[in-house]
Amino acid sequence: MIITNIEILPDKRIVEHLGLVQGSSVRAKHVGRDIMAGLKNIFGGELKGYTELLQESRTEAMDRMIEQAEAVGANAILNVRFSTSSVAAGAAELFAYGTAVILE
Amino acid sequence: MIDLIILVTLLAVGYGFGTYAEKRHYKSIITRENELRGIPVITSRFPPVNKSLTDAALVSGSVVISVDYFKRFLAALRNLVGGRVTSYESLVDRARREAILRMKAEAKGINANIIFNVKLETSSIHKGRKNGIGSVEVLAYGTALTKRN
Repeated sequence: MIITNIEILPDKRIVEHLGLVQGSSVRAKHVGRDIMAGLKNIFGGELKGYTELLQESRTEAMDRMIEQAEAVGANAILNVRFSTSSVAAGAAELFAYGTAVILE
Repeated sequence: MIDLIILVTLLAVGYGFGTYAEKRHYKSIITRENELRGIPVITSRFPPVNKSLTDAALVSGSVVISVDYFKRFLAALRNLVGGRVTSYESLVDRARREAILRMKAEAKGINANIIFNVKLETSSIHKGRKNGIGSVEVLAYGTALTKRN
């Protein structure tokens, strides 16, 4: 499975477009992490717990998108975009979408 | 009186640790930027017509950085008079550069030569919370192209 966020790939031809595929994940950290983040907010610096959270949700959103692409029989996803939003306090939504295609 | 002492302590702690952390972070950013200069990061949407660059893979990097107490206090003061909030500008700058560096490190890990169509996404875990944590969350992603042998 080739995943890229450009629209065409050098040296490869698109045989068939299969439409939009998407995956999203909403995640929250436990309260302990939130308290640690609050403390860290006095000192400044990287919030490792939240970086991890962002990474986990990104991986999960991608996995779900790939699952969908595999279900429609694609072998590549082009023009992938990420989008984020906050549903509730302390929770992050990450949304990944792209075009599923069959490359020759 | 106790409130005032607490406030002054928090400000002093924030100023001390915050300034130290920022200096150290900038130093590490500049070192790593020099190390990874070999991989160009380009926002162009289309790859060059160059048959040697073919293997494509999505690379990304993310970071969450919070601001210290002293800077938040400065920003709150700045809110009264308006103008440039310099204390937040450096925060956003650090976060973006760090995210791009992490993306480049991932590209280096797969021996990529160039990164195309780089996009930066700023998210917010804490938006809407009452005692909002002043933090910025940046996700950088792009397509790494590798020369096929």
